[in-house]
Amino acid sequence: MIEVHDLWFYYDSNPVLKGVSLEINSGEIVAIMGENGAGKTTLIKHFNGLLKPKRGYVKVFGIDTRYATVAQLSRRVGLVFQNPDHQLFAETVEEEVSFALKNFGFPKEVISERVERVLKLLDLYDLKDRSPFTLSGGERRRVTIASVLCYDPDIIIFDEPTVGQDYMQKEKLAQLIKLLHTRSKTVIVVTHDVEFVAENFPRVILLSSGRIIADGSTRKILTDEDLMKKANLVLPQVTQIAYLLHEFGIPKDLLLVHEIRDSILKIFAGEKL
Amino acid sequence: MAIIEVKDLSYKYPGSSKYALRDISLNIDEGEFVVITGPSGCGKTTLCRCFNGLIPHFYGGEFIGDVIVNGMSVKNTPITILSKYVGMVFQDPESQLFSLNVEREVAFGLENLGLDREEIRFRVNEVLELMGISHLRNRAPFELSGGEQQKVALAACLAMRPKILVLDEPTSHLDPVSAYSLLNLLNELKNKLKLTVVIVEHRLEALVAVCDKLIIMNEGKIVFNEDSKTVFSKENINSIKGIGIGIPKVVELYHNLLNSGFTLRNIPLSPKMFKEYLLEVVRK
Repeated sequence: MIEVHDLWFYYDSNPVLKGVSLEINSGEIVAIMGENGAGKTTLIKHFNGLLKPKRGYVKVFGIDTRYATVAQLSRRVGLVFQNPDHQLFAETVEEEVSFALKNFGFPKEVISERVERVLKLLDLYDLKDRSPFTLSGGERRRVTIASVLCYDPDIIIFDEPTVGQDYMQKEKLAQLIKLLHTRSKTVIVVTHDVEFVAENFPRVILLSSGRIIADGSTRKILTDEDLMKKANLVLPQVTQIAYLLHEFGIPKDLLLVHEIRDSILKIFAGEKL
Repeated sequence: MAIIEVKDLSYKYPGSSKYALRDISLNIDEGEFVVITGPSGCGKTTLCRCFNGLIPHFYGGEFIGDVIVNGMSVKNTPITILSKYVGMVFQDPESQLFSLNVEREVAFGLENLGLDREEIRFRVNEVLELMGISHLRNRAPFELSGGEQQKVALAACLAMRPKILVLDEPTSHLDPVSAYSLLNLLNELKNKLKLTVVIVEHRLEALVAVCDKLIIMNEGKIVFNEDSKTVFSKENINSIKGIGIGIPKVVELYHNLLNSGFTLRNIPLSPKMFKEYLLEVVRK
């Protein structure tokens, strides 16, 4: 569904992406991780044609993005930006969220029905008449998510969606991603949040200095100390504990609290009782 | 000695029908490292805005009670005076940066203090080095990544050498290694300069082991204000979960084991501490 082949990109003379190749299939849930400045945001901006490759190509639904407009691609590829203030402009939340639908020429009834559903889904319905600029950072971010979800793109890309979100909102975001998954959407998330990825993503693409240094199962990548170090990431806290207890027979590739609890009980509870 | 005293503070934004802060009393001592957390809208950012006088001077609204910072009542002290003592870095670094290059951004506050050129140059170099962003000195802040911008905003703030540093989600845009090194740096500064550090943050994993106090807010009130271990104790853990606080995994593991009948001496706040406590039990 997304095919990136030997993608090179530079803003001035310094290359930001240096020969990135990857494939993302329909219905996949993928986390793109890597250090500040690794090129993550630059990479995803190629998925809806906002940026065009300087070398190599990007194909989305078989369409070479070099020969397509953002308008063509964005109908099917929704991008939720990192900074909501770059995206928001309307007078009210409701207007903001319905803008794309109006642009795409949907009938009125469909627009109001969809907007209502999406606002409720994201806990924004009570704020629908407020100006987005009077909302908190977390709320503004949800408005940007709503304005993308409501036109129902096949691929939804989130750039750092957990930043500034409290625990409950993060849980809701995780549920939302699961919901999108059950509707066969492709979800791509750029994030530094290792704990969030450990709990919610089966596949990780690790980017460092403009190159992909790993692409595979979350368990394999997030518990690999050397890889994680290269991408300026730290191991999930559970994995850190597993490493410290490895000498006692605890496996290193644990990600979740219940996994290490069971492992500790198995190995140590016998000794204690 | 308390460097920040909050006395029976209630506050309402202009035009709002609800109090954002409700009857808050709080002391923060000089040299303390304090973390404030709580769900979105709980009032933590609002409380921080009182520490440098943005509330009430800039935001207006209804301000009941008092906040004394470094011996000065914020009600009667202009922001320009308070900001010499209280440095603040906002949630969204971009909204704070305005210069066309990083060096000028950092120097701006110092020029306003009326320092001489040599001193300004010295301090700019010092903080750029400290934050590890010397290589960005000629870049425009708006073209930097979110994480880099966050470092620039913090550098500009540190250059002013405030007594109190208030940081609203300072690591939100940083990758984890940068986040950890920033926290270590803050801890170092706290010890070296007797700096008082107040951090507002949702992600507690890296913070609970270094902070002196963990304050949990909910609906405009302070619910807990203790050291991390007390906050996360068996008695409190369910009500904290109910408020919707992300519990660090190592603390969650402690309680999980406890529920399975496996008890450690105390609540571990880091993987290292966990191993230490576990081995005590196992070796007995």
